[in-house]
Amino acid sequence: MSDPGRESQVEAKARRGRNIALALGLVIFVVLVFVVTIVRLGASVAKQPF
Amino acid sequence: MAMTEAVSTAVKPKAAKAPARWQDFVQLMKPRVMSLVVFTALTGMVCAGARVNPILGAIAILCIAVGAGASAALNMWYDADIDAQMRRTRGRPVPAGRVQGADALALGVVLSMFSVMLMGMALNWLAAGLLAFTIFFYAVVYTIWLKRSTAQNIVIGGLAGALPPVIGWAAASGSVPLNAWLLCAIIFMWTPPHFWALSLYTSEDYKKAGVPMMPIVAGAASTRKQILIYSLLFTPLCLVPAFTGLGGVGYLGVAGLGGLVFVLLAVRLARSQAGDAGRQRNADSAPGGLYDVRAGAKDARNLFAFSILYLTLLFATLLVEHLMGATPLALFSWKLPS
Repeated sequence: MSDPGRESQVEAKARRGRNIALALGLVIFVVLVFVVTIVRLGASVAKQPF
Repeated sequence: MAMTEAVSTAVKPKAAKAPARWQDFVQLMKPRVMSLVVFTALTGMVCAGARVNPILGAIAILCIAVGAGASAALNMWYDADIDAQMRRTRGRPVPAGRVQGADALALGVVLSMFSVMLMGMALNWLAAGLLAFTIFFYAVVYTIWLKRSTAQNIVIGGLAGALPPVIGWAAASGSVPLNAWLLCAIIFMWTPPHFWALSLYTSEDYKKAGVPMMPIVAGAASTRKQILIYSLLFTPLCLVPAFTGLGGVGYLGVAGLGGLVFVLLAVRLARSQAGDAGRQRNADSAPGGLYDVRAGAKDARNLFAFSILYLTLLFATLLVEHLMGATPLALFSWKLPS
């Protein structure tokens, strides 16, 4: 792995782009799991007495 | 082939020439192939006729798309040595040195796991199992084993490309009736004439890379004959959905007329000299696309191009008919149990 202190502007820009894409991918996955949980369990949960 | 051997023959990573951009990782997932997979999977899902929560339906399609992308990344990891030798593929991220082979492998493995798990949680484990099998079949059975060892590589390997409508059907209904397998059979039988037509005018590239495509192993004349035989089996098969309660009048018309054109093009190709020595373009000649061929291979190019159009039209017609609620024909009351 290259030394982050010595990376060029192009490398830094590419790395930033990859990091943002990875973060977005993870956030999307978390949101999807949440949405699936709500959709699949939502109706059953709503029927439960408080 | 043992897995250890398979891994050892994989690409020796090239030193990265330029830093990998996120777009390179998107390219690893073959977005164009992914769009075709999504289209056929969506058709299977709609044809199932089951009521699916639209959010879950969209997630199922996303899982299938990501699964297809994952298997493409695994393919690009393993085939980087072959890709580097072929003009059509040498610009891909791994052979071009923009992405390390290990990164492509990691992307493929992680996306495979995420897509299968999410499919299982969101829809059902039958669909998830079929998705996992499809990824395994494409990455291991086709890419690692068949592609380099037999001229029947794309015939057997074609199953991976034929399964998405079955996965879509399973995701929507939780079952896979014979009509779902009929869609699979149509794509499966379409694959040999489609790819062999392409390989007739790109076989120099495959030869250079050592991939035993049919024109190299059996010769162009034998390949043209086999294309005709597969076309004669494939086109009647396309009519079957009109007998099984899957396709309507529109589908029958498209399948019938398109099938006639398909067979005519296959006959013309069988009579041509496409793929014969001296008639292929040189792999290192001036740049050009899949449609840039010499006159001798025009018939192969025509069948290749029409095969894409024909399959697209077949599935689009089924999709539209089912979305519009058109009555399927079920000719001769030969309706398959669902």
